[in-house]
Amino acid sequence: MKWSEFFVTGEPLIYAADVSIVLTMIGIVFVLTYFKKWKWLWNEWLTTVDHKKIGVMYIISAVLMLFRGGVDALLMRAQLTAPNMKFLDSQHYNEIFTTHGTIMILFMAMPFIIGLMNIVVPLQIGARDVAYPYLNAISFWLFFVGAMLFNIAFVIGGSPDAGWTAYFPLAGNEFSPGVGNNYYAVALQISGIGTLMTGINFLVTILKMRAPGMTLMRMPMFTWTILITCVLIIFAFPVLTVALALMTFDRLFDTQFFTMANGGMSMLWANLFWIWGHPEVYIVILPSFGIFSEVVSTFARKRLFGYKAMVYSIVGIAFLSFIVWVHHFFTMGAGAAVNSFFSITTMAIAVPTGVKIFNWLFTLRKGRIRFTTAMLWSLAFIPNFVIGGVTGVMLAMAAADYQYHNSYFLIAHFHYVLIAGTVFACFAGLHYWYPKMFGHILNERLGKWTFWLFMIGFNICFFPMYFLGLMGMTRRMYTYSAGLGWTPLNVVASVGAALMGIGFIVLCYNIYYSARYGERDMTGDPWDGRTLEWATSSPVAHYNFAVIPEVKDLDAYWEMKKSGKGFEIDEEKLKPIHMPSNSGRPFLISIAFFFAGFGLVFKWFTLAIIAAVFIILGLILRSFDDDDGYYISVDEIKRTERLTGKGA
Amino acid sequence: MKQKMWKWASLLPLSLLLLLSGCSENMLVLQPKGPVAKTQYDLIMWSIGFMLLIIVVVFVLFTVVLVRYREKPGRDNYEPPEEEGNTLLEIVWTAIPILIVTALAVPTVKATFALEKPSQKSVKPLTIHVTAANWKWIFSYPEQNIETVNYVNIPEDVPVKFKLTSVGPMSSFWVPQLGGQKYAMDGMETELFLEADEPGSYMGRNANFTGKDFTHMEFEVVAQTKDDFNKWVKEVQQTAPKLSKGKYETILKPGLVGRMTFSNTHLEWIDHAKQNSHHMGKTEEHSENTKHHEGMDMEHHSH
Repeated sequence: MKWSEFFVTGEPLIYAADVSIVLTMIGIVFVLTYFKKWKWLWNEWLTTVDHKKIGVMYIISAVLMLFRGGVDALLMRAQLTAPNMKFLDSQHYNEIFTTHGTIMILFMAMPFIIGLMNIVVPLQIGARDVAYPYLNAISFWLFFVGAMLFNIAFVIGGSPDAGWTAYFPLAGNEFSPGVGNNYYAVALQISGIGTLMTGINFLVTILKMRAPGMTLMRMPMFTWTILITCVLIIFAFPVLTVALALMTFDRLFDTQFFTMANGGMSMLWANLFWIWGHPEVYIVILPSFGIFSEVVSTFARKRLFGYKAMVYSIVGIAFLSFIVWVHHFFTMGAGAAVNSFFSITTMAIAVPTGVKIFNWLFTLRKGRIRFTTAMLWSLAFIPNFVIGGVTGVMLAMAAADYQYHNSYFLIAHFHYVLIAGTVFACFAGLHYWYPKMFGHILNERLGKWTFWLFMIGFNICFFPMYFLGLMGMTRRMYTYSAGLGWTPLNVVASVGAALMGIGFIVLCYNIYYSARYGERDMTGDPWDGRTLEWATSSPVAHYNFAVIPEVKDLDAYWEMKKSGKGFEIDEEKLKPIHMPSNSGRPFLISIAFFFAGFGLVFKWFTLAIIAAVFIILGLILRSFDDDDGYYISVDEIKRTERLTGKGA
Repeated sequence: MKQKMWKWASLLPLSLLLLLSGCSENMLVLQPKGPVAKTQYDLIMWSIGFMLLIIVVVFVLFTVVLVRYREKPGRDNYEPPEEEGNTLLEIVWTAIPILIVTALAVPTVKATFALEKPSQKSVKPLTIHVTAANWKWIFSYPEQNIETVNYVNIPEDVPVKFKLTSVGPMSSFWVPQLGGQKYAMDGMETELFLEADEPGSYMGRNANFTGKDFTHMEFEVVAQTKDDFNKWVKEVQQTAPKLSKGKYETILKPGLVGRMTFSNTHLEWIDHAKQNSHHMGKTEEHSENTKHHEGMDMEHHSH
């Protein structure tokens, strides 16, 4: 392979990206060296097994990926603003929408949610860490190297260009000969393994590590949604693992699972993809429901209305999510009976979802609603998600779907549910739990600016797309002719996208501004919260709880406050706390995964095998590792607790 | 102030709706020109009615709750009651969605089954084989023994049975004003019935991404009176050139081509739906295919 093929050449935009990547890397190395932070980086972050720090790293990665995916989106909007634009050619456009979709779902939405669950779930259930802290670190680093591997594709070797669904035969060697789709198969595989382990980890954590007295029906709603999400992950992700493995064989070793010849079956890919893909959208939506439940209940100062109904409805949605996948391809011609079945199961999801909407509305009713930024995001979710939801029901009607399928109507629908659902939830959760992560509050004024810019921009961007779809505009078109009459609405949509971009910039500025000037949270409970995470200090002590709290009711911390005592720590009862040791191995193993993946992408099997040897070596070393962790002494706990004002 | 903004924000989608009504003449899906599209149009309108109802109910409830229960001076000391829920209400808002879903499911199932069959029984459907290739549409009329590329003429008021297949990636055959789409897949045959009520020209396009020139993979459906259609068929049979295997291979090469008309069909020697025909003589073909990809940029749009 020639160097000119190894590096992507010929595009001014790509050269600009090359330069900025190199400059950023030099900048990072310079800053770390100048401020002598290398050791800090290694000890505090790269080797950490602390769920809170891992969560923070997930969120930082997710925000970076939101930037990358957002730039992709803005490039697409720029190209579509006017008819016959020459800004991007079709190949470049195809690569951009492919990476936009893949990154937003797998490397933005998922890690953002997983980051929040890492930080919050152990705190909400009164635990000191997750069940398998070491595994948690591996999960994160596998996700991270998978994301990085996917992200370098556009400068090294070429991006995947067959859509985020990578339908065969298009994504096969015959029609996509470059390395782009190898990146897709391998990078998703690596980060997918990480996600699967997260699912197992948090399932065990929630089932086994709840504080005494916290029965399942006393768990905070966010924890409930995470529990169910873990079940979804455990059942859905192995399907992706298998599908991607078959895809990898097809692409690297010329097997014929999904090809057109020799008995290959391209429809099998579509089925496997969506058997994972539909539960996947609920993997990012259910935790969002959980976040909204927490935020709405806190800022309405009321217990969640219909808690039990809320729990049953998540379980219902989770079950249904596995029997609706065919609605992604009603037009494949599976026949009226099959389509009717999947139509009805899909529409049935509207029932538990409707139940949830009304329960949120009734939580607000008779409440005392405070319009904090986190609450604004949660409230805006309701009307926007309802628009996404009802159009989802319209899409579920098979006979009508033949007219909506693959059109901008569909694009509008899934952005309404994924942005108003997941992205709004991520922002709500970020503002809400930010004090727990960093000890200060995100500036509310800037937060509200972000909210209004982003929320209004979102509607201006995506609402017109419903109509573009009805006008016959299909997804993934890189341009259109003037005579079709699509121009005005496309201009409107691009304006909206720009507003969303500005909103994102304000958010980034807010993070910087609040770190410097933001209000410190001295109480650990800035919002008058209801669940156990607010019983800890901000930022949370390394061991979370000096004494494990006892839970007597739903909204455990609220009950403690109401009884007048709050969460008191009796210094007499303190015992040394057992904590897991840091380890650099998860990071190093994942680096080996990166090189193994890189070798597979380019079919450099020697590199892949050498890297695989290192992976196995890492696993073997782990098996002989007899580090049992360490104890934090009572004295140290006392010192920490007094410092944060939580101790007596 | 804040509340005013809220109300304004919740009205935003509705105001957009009004604004958009100006563009309605372009909404092809809402301008059905045949019984299939009409069935789908009716279903869409039926569902939009219910959906607007749901939106109005939720938006009104939402606005009322926010305005009434917001924190405002004088309510500072109000302590909300601790209510756990209400079984009766839960039953109500479970039952109503079930009723709505039922009201939508019944016509959906009916329509889904109906669309599998021609819309009228008395008229014999016209059969047209549709072959999607990168990036053009090939239409073969087996009974008339003619073939067209990138356009298709059909008689009005006659159900047309499109038999869809593909040479290459999965494409989706969509003529919004005549009816919804269906996939065309290699080595497969799917069937789609469409029918035009009146003469006219209707835009058709590939709705499923198939690579580089997917965007330009359009075709025109021209509906004619039966007389005009028969005249056209005769004319083609008499004047159009014959399609040779060699010519057909050239058409199949990845790239864009203009409109073409032939007085025979490629079905004489190959039906891509019946076999993975794309790969007959695989080794030879395969190497040639790779070449196609390399030479892709040299293909030009020829009219």
